[in-house]
Amino acid sequence: MKYLVLLFALIAAPLSAQTALPPAPYANQQIADPALERKAKALMETIRCLTCQSQSIADSNASMAGDMRSQIRERIMAGEQPEAIRAWLITRYGDWVSYEPTAAPILWPLWAAPLVLLGLGLLLLRGRIKRKGRA
Amino acid sequence: MRKWLIWLPLVLFLGFIALFASGLFQPDDRIIHSRLVGQPLPAFNLPAAASDRPPLASSQLAAGQPRLLNIFASWCVPCAAEAPQLEALRAAGVPIDAIAIRDARADVDAFLQRNGNPYARIGLDARSEVQIALGSSGVPETFVIDGKGRIAYQHIGEIRADDVPMILDRLRSAQ
Repeated sequence: MKYLVLLFALIAAPLSAQTALPPAPYANQQIADPALERKAKALMETIRCLTCQSQSIADSNASMAGDMRSQIRERIMAGEQPEAIRAWLITRYGDWVSYEPTAAPILWPLWAAPLVLLGLGLLLLRGRIKRKGRA
Repeated sequence: MRKWLIWLPLVLFLGFIALFASGLFQPDDRIIHSRLVGQPLPAFNLPAAASDRPPLASSQLAAGQPRLLNIFASWCVPCAAEAPQLEALRAAGVPIDAIAIRDARADVDAFLQRNGNPYARIGLDARSEVQIALGSSGVPETFVIDGKGRIAYQHIGEIRADDVPMILDRLRSAQ
């Protein structure tokens, strides 16, 4: 009986299975050329998964993320540049799909923040040094 | 200057509280709309997904009359839930084509047998390539395609009974 239960457990398909199809060829398989794989991997880590929205497609097990990984690897192998693939995805899903911040005007405060903070720090420091000199 | 500077941390703190509270009461919109709405449909040419329906190419969607393009899958539960609404749209004279995502022909056949088949043509997108090219982020989704093959509207999620008049309106305005 125990073995029978075990056997059933082994052949039962998980209820939450997303699709019956095997993953796309390059969803979980690396490119043979390590340099190309490095390029693809760097891109995949900055592309956001549409199914699990707080993961990159490199981290996600969603079937759509697997299909996106495979597509990215195949396009890198065909000689496409990672930034061209990112731009292609952004024209479809918007800036949302990329974790890499762009130079769009809405992000200027983000880029300016380190300079502003550094400036504030210098101002504070100057005040302190002046006060110390006086004492 | 010093006197009011002492209140700055409190003001900042209250500012953050207000920011978080507004986030709590107005949750994030997690639906990702396709940026291709208003633009021509990307070109594709898909093999047949069902035994008794012809395959689907993007050129067939620019047929002079607005149509629906339904993105579905046999493994998708809400897709079965929207089947009666698609059937109602078809009965109202709306031509509906479909793309089956990550599917196999036997599974699509069984799904259509169970839930009815409102589709004129069904293409098989076994590796979500066309889905990604469309800027679609899941199943089910339904696109209104105008007569020139441009995407006029994207409906995300299943079509509920009370969505049907709105979809018919969108089709009319895509004329």
